[in-house]
Amino acid sequence: MTAATNVIAPKARLWRSYRRSPLALGASLVAAVFFFGALFAPWLAPQNPFDPVSLQLINSFFPPAWASGGNAIFLLGTDDQGRDMLSAILYGSRISLIVGVAAVAFAVTLGVSLGVLAGYAGGWTEVVLMRIADVQLTIPALLIALMVDGLARATLSPEIHDEIALYMLIFAIGIADWPQYARVVRAATLVQRQSGYVVQAKLIGSSAPSIVFGHVLPNVMTSVLVLATLGLALAIIAEATLSFLGVGMPPTTPSLGTLIRVGNDFLFSGEWWITLFPSLVLVLLALSVNLLGDWLRDALNPRLR
Amino acid sequence: MTAFVLRRFGQAVLVMVLVAAAAFALFNYVGDPVNNLVGQEATFEDRQALRDRLGLNDPAPVQFARFMSNALTGEFGISYRMQRPVSDLLRERSPATVELVLASALFALILGIPLGVYTAIHREGVASRAILTLSLVGVSLPTFVIGIGLIYLFSVTLGWLPSFGRGETFAVGGWSTGLLTVSGLKAMILPAVTLGLFQMTFIQRLVRAEMIEVLGTDYIRTALAMGVPRARIHYVYALKNTLLPVMTVIGLKLGELVAFSIVTETVFQWPGLGLLFIQAVAFADIPVMAAYLMMVALVFVIINLAVDVLYAFVDPRLRSSEEEAL
Repeated sequence: MTAATNVIAPKARLWRSYRRSPLALGASLVAAVFFFGALFAPWLAPQNPFDPVSLQLINSFFPPAWASGGNAIFLLGTDDQGRDMLSAILYGSRISLIVGVAAVAFAVTLGVSLGVLAGYAGGWTEVVLMRIADVQLTIPALLIALMVDGLARATLSPEIHDEIALYMLIFAIGIADWPQYARVVRAATLVQRQSGYVVQAKLIGSSAPSIVFGHVLPNVMTSVLVLATLGLALAIIAEATLSFLGVGMPPTTPSLGTLIRVGNDFLFSGEWWITLFPSLVLVLLALSVNLLGDWLRDALNPRLR
Repeated sequence: MTAFVLRRFGQAVLVMVLVAAAAFALFNYVGDPVNNLVGQEATFEDRQALRDRLGLNDPAPVQFARFMSNALTGEFGISYRMQRPVSDLLRERSPATVELVLASALFALILGIPLGVYTAIHREGVASRAILTLSLVGVSLPTFVIGIGLIYLFSVTLGWLPSFGRGETFAVGGWSTGLLTVSGLKAMILPAVTLGLFQMTFIQRLVRAEMIEVLGTDYIRTALAMGVPRARIHYVYALKNTLLPVMTVIGLKLGELVAFSIVTETVFQWPGLGLLFIQAVAFADIPVMAAYLMMVALVFVIINLAVDVLYAFVDPRLRSSEEEAL
């Protein structure tokens, strides 16, 4: 097999597999709609849900437009403060996605760097890093994220904590998630280090960074991509869970999880729409990203089938 | 074998000491414990007196030794928020969580294993495909959304089951159980299903994958060729080898149930350890957080150790490869 077929064939195969998979097509369409909505929320939303001036109590508890008593202005109804649910969801999914994407990016950066370091340096560095990863992997990410958040609460004043809640969440979710990337990357690095082209690159005097960035990393990136896609769904769910537990985003800048938490209080009094629509968006978002990740894993690794 | 068990035991003790060190650091250096115990009006002298009394002026190694010996006897100080000994709180709250976790583990196993076997045997069937699709949706459903959905359906709309609390509980020798009353059992259903659903889909997928692999092996083909009844092949020959790897994973998943009981207990206001912990996080109640951290770590370490040893005991291949690694 020549180098050319190695590089080009997978891409063509990926594209063909994508076109032939209705599930992947549907999932990416749904995910694209949510990403688009989140990205352009300030222009798409009928109302700015963070601006107290635009909220009027007289508008509170409108059911969705199609239900009896609904108001055509508020397509998905309003909450207890007269906030338009559609706008709140658009802005909320924006925060959920920011946290999810940033947390995964953070975990990938940390995990890939430490994984390459462990695999390439070997020795004590490797032993210590991988032991930490092993211990951390046995503890569920949710617990680690909760601990990090609890620590931040104990050391920071409530006002400051609310202000940096977004960064805290990104850090807490990201730090809980790095070991899986580190493990995969380390294993792949070990394999790559033995391979002919890396040995040859060493022989002609390439520096360690140029070998790592030029030869090792490009070869482990497909596995990382699959993990990161599945990780994004998990990170979005993790953010929602933390916010639902009341230790994530504050109610003043709600994410999807915060919206569900607030809406949950009104479930018993019959205002089901306040919690249903954010839940639906959350589930569809996580499901479509999960489906994409599943498809990507199968498409990139035909041996798995 | 003995060397392997001893080595694993040594590792477990090491992990516990590290966690204890983390909990100790949390306890002593995050926030000011004195500030959380005295009122706003306390004078400097009052604070110093309290610091002396709590031993906060001793050298750190002395404090750590005291913390460890206290922890070994189950003593974790006084909760900032409740102003009560943490050990009392843990004792009160443990039964609720233990019962919830065991009930949901039972639910996940009783449904997950048969569904996994069924979907593996009837790979192309309509029912199998439906189960697989549903389980994919199940993986994407956050625990709290499942809980809210179940409450809306069974409590708000149908009014069949309670939506919060444990119902009536009975104290059996200091252990308050909800398993002996009708209302207690009814209150258990929704939380247990909520907590167990994710693990159930997980076990189902795992059993299916393992079973399919086992069904493709030579000894199954030989058994088929010899005319052994299919039911016997599936449920005796194949299932035995399927459950071996499943066992390991289930052990680890039990730890995950403990962690996710935090979410379920919040949704259902279930008065267990998880609810205690999440309130501690929200109020920065450090002693409770430190105690919970150590307790959960202990549960995890014990489960991991038990699974490793059990696995090495059942599967000789692992034992030999471990010895080579030494």
